[in-house]
Amino acid sequence: MQTIIASTRTKDMALTALFAVIVVTAPIWGKLIGAGYPDLLQKFAIFGLFAIGYNILFGLTGYLSFGHAAFLGIGSYTTVWSFKLLTMNAIPAVFFSVLLAGIFAAAIGFLSLRRSGIYFSILTLAFAQMAYNLAYSVLTPITNGETGLRVLRDDPRVIDAALGIQSEGSPLGDFFGLTLTGYNGFYFCALMLILGFYVSLKIFRSPFGMKLVAIKANQTRMEYTGFNPRPYLLSAFVISGMYAGLAGSLMALVDPLAGAERMQWTASGEVVLMTILGGVGTLFGPILGAAIIKYFENIFSAFNEQVLHRIFEFLPDWLADIMVLLTNPFVGEGWHLTLGALFMVVIIFVPGGVIEGFRRLARWSTRFDAEAAERRKAEAEEKAKARAARQAADEGGAK
Amino acid sequence: MEALLLQVLNGLDKGGAYALIALGLTLVFGTLGVVNFAHGAIFMLGAFVTVSVQNVLTISMRVKDESITFFDAYKETPYLEVWWGDVGRAIIDYAVPISILVAIPVMLLIGLAMERGLVRHFYKREHADQILVTFGLAIVLQEIVKANFGANPIPVPAPELVAGSADVGAMFGLHGVVYPWWRLLYLLFSALIIGAVFAFLHFTTFGMVVRAGMHDRETVGLLGINIERRFTIVFGIAAVVAGLAGVMYTPILPPDYHMGMDFLVLSFVVVVVGGMGSLPGAVAAGFLLGILQSFASMNEVKTILPGIDQIIIYLVAVVILLVRPRGLMGKD
Repeated sequence: MQTIIASTRTKDMALTALFAVIVVTAPIWGKLIGAGYPDLLQKFAIFGLFAIGYNILFGLTGYLSFGHAAFLGIGSYTTVWSFKLLTMNAIPAVFFSVLLAGIFAAAIGFLSLRRSGIYFSILTLAFAQMAYNLAYSVLTPITNGETGLRVLRDDPRVIDAALGIQSEGSPLGDFFGLTLTGYNGFYFCALMLILGFYVSLKIFRSPFGMKLVAIKANQTRMEYTGFNPRPYLLSAFVISGMYAGLAGSLMALVDPLAGAERMQWTASGEVVLMTILGGVGTLFGPILGAAIIKYFENIFSAFNEQVLHRIFEFLPDWLADIMVLLTNPFVGEGWHLTLGALFMVVIIFVPGGVIEGFRRLARWSTRFDAEAAERRKAEAEEKAKARAARQAADEGGAK
Repeated sequence: MEALLLQVLNGLDKGGAYALIALGLTLVFGTLGVVNFAHGAIFMLGAFVTVSVQNVLTISMRVKDESITFFDAYKETPYLEVWWGDVGRAIIDYAVPISILVAIPVMLLIGLAMERGLVRHFYKREHADQILVTFGLAIVLQEIVKANFGANPIPVPAPELVAGSADVGAMFGLHGVVYPWWRLLYLLFSALIIGAVFAFLHFTTFGMVVRAGMHDRETVGLLGINIERRFTIVFGIAAVVAGLAGVMYTPILPPDYHMGMDFLVLSFVVVVVGGMGSLPGAVAAGFLLGILQSFASMNEVKTILPGIDQIIIYLVAVVILLVRPRGLMGKD
């Protein structure tokens, strides 16, 4: 027993280290696939965090929330307010964002988790829509409505003023003197992502995580064994809400602006999509899903007819024209069409997402190998038998 | 008093739309047990059937404008007008009622295709999977519409005869309650459709089988009735109801590609408030929430509780779900 725990612990550390290396070297391998610039890499990290957190709720417990975008929005608004009132430093901004998102998640989760299944989904949806509608209307003094909340030069910033820090030009988020733009911004997000991944890994391996999985597997049986699922569910909900708040905070850190549109329920749908696409309930899946979606969003939405023509240049003209005609609705403005179609295909054929797809592929290829080996063996045996029979017949004839 | 009547009317016609969409949703959930997030998209498709019909009717040719004599001026004139004059103009004017006739077979086909092609394979899957796959379908449908019709709302006028307003107040001996004819018609129309659906379910053999199937699907199957095929048709009917709601709504709200999503969330709330699977519940909750919403948007109410008009429906849903988990008329 002791050795098993020890070995998983070293394995976990190795996994985290591997993950950290992949994330930190992102600017290098990103270049190979045309994603080597901070704007996109930041998005990978931010939405990766959002999806990791969402996965702790949906992946482990199976509770489908349609309202997580609200926590994202709360995180963003809190960060911008922290910039406006306290300081441009990232630490208090992140701290307050996660805290506030957690408080809201506790309240919404406490009410929503009284129901399960479709009712839970509708309840979370209702709360998120309320938050969105309010952010657009009555809460305009706090959210600045449609224009979006932005940081201004003459905001009070009490702490910065007390320390005598003056920002030149338009104020930007910073981390003890390091301005969080470009690659600095990415590395800050990357640090958070690695931390977030480690926490999620720990949750997956902990008894707490096992209880969450138990809720998904069979809630009634769990109750019979003497566990009350509610506190565990609520903790999972709050944790995932805090992840969403962190993601929202990072969004506002690298680009100090917060708008209500990121709270809309379709934004919640997007994170569900990322989680499913990568692989629900797996460690790496959600991050992979987030990266895939943001990557293709970036690549595909930049395509247009000229680009397509260049891609299909190698084909004969008439075929190239047909290909362009066929693919054109799916790129550029039509990127959402691709997204929707992709989403359907994944749910219909590979509900386990990309990770499941890899596993199937691996299983299929090993089985294929095994089958081929068996067939060769059988053929060889058959040949040997035939040869023996022929020999016997020859010998018989000779006699 | 006048203001109250006006708000009730406002609420009733909005409630009519909610009730129609929620009716279809409940029908599908009650029979097939499927949570259909693409239902709002069907509503939107219905609205765009109207837009298509209007586009087809107004296919135009260039004719010389005789009123301008200084230079050669041309104007677009629909072929219908060129061929048949006033009759053609009248046909174009009645684009929305004509669309109703077109929409019935079109929406039925779309509904059947959806059930056969996609939803059928999701009966045995979890609710979460159903929600997600139909959500994906909704995105696909609305993007297709966006690619073909653009992102801007397209105005579709009501026939001129009913484009004006009715002095409703006069009927009740009140002054100054003026209300658009079309909205009154919408209310009437939704009541008619709701009545038709209920009559169909209660007074025909087909409807009886469907109701029996909603109650206990297995037993009906054991009696040798092909319940699956009947449920397919029910899905088609639900699509027609939502489609017609969309067709009739076009003069009230110029359709754009995401109107389905906007209505979907509200209709789901309506369904849940009414009680999942309860048809009378869905209808009652639709009208109830419509009226509540229009009262909440009165200025008098808004000054006391700012922002209440934005959240009232969700607030009611939350309260109902927490104190009466099965909704207003849901079965336990």
